[in-house]
Amino acid sequence: MRPRSVVPIIYILFLLLPIYWLVAMSFKTTNEILGGFSLFPQEWTLDNYREIFTDPTWYWGYINSILYVTINTVISLAAALPAAYAFSRYRFLGDKHLFFWLLTNRMAPAAVFALPFFQLYSAVGLFDTHLAVALAHCLFNIPLAVWILEGFMSGVPKELDETAYVDGYSFPRFFATIFIPTIKAGVGVAAFFCFMFSWVELLLAKTLTAVEAKPIAATMTRTASSAGYELGLLAAAGVLTIIPGAIVIYFVRNYIAKGFALGRV
Amino acid sequence: MALELRDVTKTLGAETHIYPTSLKFEAGGFNILLGATNAGKSTLIKLMAGLEKPTTGEVWVEGQNVTGVLPQKRQIALVHQFFVNYPHMTVFENIASPLRVQRMSRSDIETRVRAAADVLQLGPMLDRRPQELSGGQQQRCALARAIVKESKAIFLDEPLANLDYKLREELREQLPDILGERGTVVVYATSEPTEALLLGGKTALVHEGRVTQVGRTTEIYHMPTDLTSARVFSDPPINFAPVTKKGDEIWMGESITWPVAGDVAALPDGPFTVAIRPHHITPFKSDQASVEIHGPVKITELSGSESVAHFEINGEIWVSMSRGVFPFRVGEMCKFHMTPDDCFYFRPDGQLVAKGRRNG
Repeated sequence: MRPRSVVPIIYILFLLLPIYWLVAMSFKTTNEILGGFSLFPQEWTLDNYREIFTDPTWYWGYINSILYVTINTVISLAAALPAAYAFSRYRFLGDKHLFFWLLTNRMAPAAVFALPFFQLYSAVGLFDTHLAVALAHCLFNIPLAVWILEGFMSGVPKELDETAYVDGYSFPRFFATIFIPTIKAGVGVAAFFCFMFSWVELLLAKTLTAVEAKPIAATMTRTASSAGYELGLLAAAGVLTIIPGAIVIYFVRNYIAKGFALGRV
Repeated sequence: MALELRDVTKTLGAETHIYPTSLKFEAGGFNILLGATNAGKSTLIKLMAGLEKPTTGEVWVEGQNVTGVLPQKRQIALVHQFFVNYPHMTVFENIASPLRVQRMSRSDIETRVRAAADVLQLGPMLDRRPQELSGGQQQRCALARAIVKESKAIFLDEPLANLDYKLREELREQLPDILGERGTVVVYATSEPTEALLLGGKTALVHEGRVTQVGRTTEIYHMPTDLTSARVFSDPPINFAPVTKKGDEIWMGESITWPVAGDVAALPDGPFTVAIRPHHITPFKSDQASVEIHGPVKITELSGSESVAHFEINGEIWVSMSRGVFPFRVGEMCKFHMTPDDCFYFRPDGQLVAKGRRNG
């Protein structure tokens, strides 16, 4: 091993330590976890995972999370694409202020919005639905998506639009078949960030749901149940929560690099 | 086929981009818009193409008012200075795209795309994506997309400006063949006077949002109607100096003088502006009637086989350009020669009043 690779290796081990600990825990029994220090599971068990995949209160947590994250990503992109196009292509009264104001939405902690959302959704009957969480997350994700997409769209010369019109493309057709494919990296990056923020956000998701749309993160954070401490089970749930994010990152890794290169992410 | 702008203006807020302009372009040969960057050439093209709406005035194509018609419906083609292609499509799909929008049959598209690709030597690249091509090939792809469909007008907005010298010359030579005689109005914007002369046809000179002169390219080169037109249609910039006519002599400053001849003799005594193109000022004596001028050399350039010297005379910077390599040295006093027959004379208000006996 060359000396100069020592430092990065130590750093990576350091970063991976909690993840390793989580994975190791998920294969241990709760007794072993509570019993003392052990580097490897002494007694391998898949019971924790079996429990999650058979108990509806567990696996519905995942389904609920995936549902509202998907709805949120779709809504965010559907709203952000035309908005970002307007910001990148047209000059209108107060456009710069509006663009900045969108960003400031991200500056308030989610807790600020928890109460008004809770009250509003209860009043209109949206409480404890997937749509409630998806819409609440739009508050953060649409501005973010607009901001990311505007950067990518401004990188596309206006001449492309003009050429397409002259070639006979109507605006909707141009937008769908030429413009979006041209900025697909940006759409990928925006979708990734919407997914990520919605997937990891806990406070609003927990506040706005009770049973029907309860997210996995809410299920996971109840540390004790009627059966006492179930640390192995929680660890297994934690591992399963990391996986979707890891998969999404794998698919958009090149696009994100491009996004960084364009200076917007 | 004819394309007409009738008293068109374009203002944006308080800024005027195009002052009232009327232009008529016919099919056959190039219709050149010549002017510096930001002169308004691109705006004129956008107005003709329908990409921008004129503030006042009308655009007519084939005797029809198309002012409010969308660019999609105008049957036109456009090639930009930047190589604009659809990046996610192959070259074939790029060229085919205007035909696909028209819902042409698959076999017709195939034939037409192949024909257009052959004209532009893109045959072997049809399956590649635009970004895998060289700059010249990318622009050929854009040109192929412009000629593949039937269009009433083709607009080329400085199509060669972003190509390197060699490719630019090559493509410029082929342009007349590529665009061919297809009954289409070809409008070509350029900022290079040399390019306008090489392409011939008809030229409109554009300066700061105004068309200053329109006519056959060679005619307006030889007969600029005013100072601005003379300035626009000269590269390097044409040389100016205030002169005074006194009887039978023209005086430039205190020391340089030459006798009047031809039209110039008929002018009344008084102040005029004289203009002479850089290539008519030479470091060698070329003519019997040569006038000798002196000045310290400020900048020298050697471009290929041409020598360019910027020198000071009576407080003005003049440019001399001549074939051959001359050893100018910066700061040195140099002797140059010019012929009064090559001069243009303008009134103080800028109108051409007389010119020397030789052409341009």
